[in-house]
Amino acid sequence: MDAILFYCLAALTLVSAVLVVAQRHPIGSALALIATLSALSGIFGLLGSPFIAVLQLVVYAGAIMVLFLFVLMLVNVRREEERSGTGRRLRWTALGVCALFVAQVGAVLTRLELAPSATPFAAGPRDVARLLFRPEYLYAFEATSVLILAALVGAIALARKEP
Amino acid sequence: MLQHALYLSLALFAIGALGVFLRRNVITVLMCIELMLNAANLAFVVFSRAWGSLSGQVFVFFVLTVAAAEAAVGLAIVIAWQRHRDTLDVDAFDSMKG
Repeated sequence: MDAILFYCLAALTLVSAVLVVAQRHPIGSALALIATLSALSGIFGLLGSPFIAVLQLVVYAGAIMVLFLFVLMLVNVRREEERSGTGRRLRWTALGVCALFVAQVGAVLTRLELAPSATPFAAGPRDVARLLFRPEYLYAFEATSVLILAALVGAIALARKEP
Repeated sequence: MLQHALYLSLALFAIGALGVFLRRNVITVLMCIELMLNAANLAFVVFSRAWGSLSGQVFVFFVLTVAAAEAAVGLAIVIAWQRHRDTLDVDAFDSMKG
């Protein structure tokens, strides 16, 4: 049952990820990306991390994508025009580089024999938080709050209208 | 299943990287970067399950935070740029002669 659900979600993720890139209009890309992120959240849940699955839905598919859609509606978006000359050459170069990347990393991944760990582990919010607030991650966690504050101030300063 | 999830992560990353090269709209490029970050998150979750360690999930948490900050600042720059030049085409981002 889990396997069937996993392959359905994986197919949905792949198809919508391709749609993100293949679409000419940014609004279509944003909607496809929301589908991708939601399907990925399901996969996270199936792989035994319910906390991350919910976080993915709330933060990514919720907050970040709403921010993207807000900006898309704020600026006037148009369909992209076809690239010419150097753009066409860039397309083939990009395809080549990505194919090379997939071949190399894929060769490494096929050597890997991954199996779920024998000891089942609890990954609820409480367990993740307990690890997060242990000394090895505590300072990094505090640093992220400073990062978010800096991003907040920076975003306001950048997007503000010049007086 | 774990092995296939790892292949899925590789495919997602490649699709995102391809999008960064091929798309011309800045906002779509930012969305493709989010796609690549998500591919990394999926790999973290897979290895967390394979090795029975929660550290991978803590790293996903950090990636999520950085992605949120990146999206906020990136979109603010897009808005400032759009007000300045009235275009969203990445090929127009050439004032630094890169």
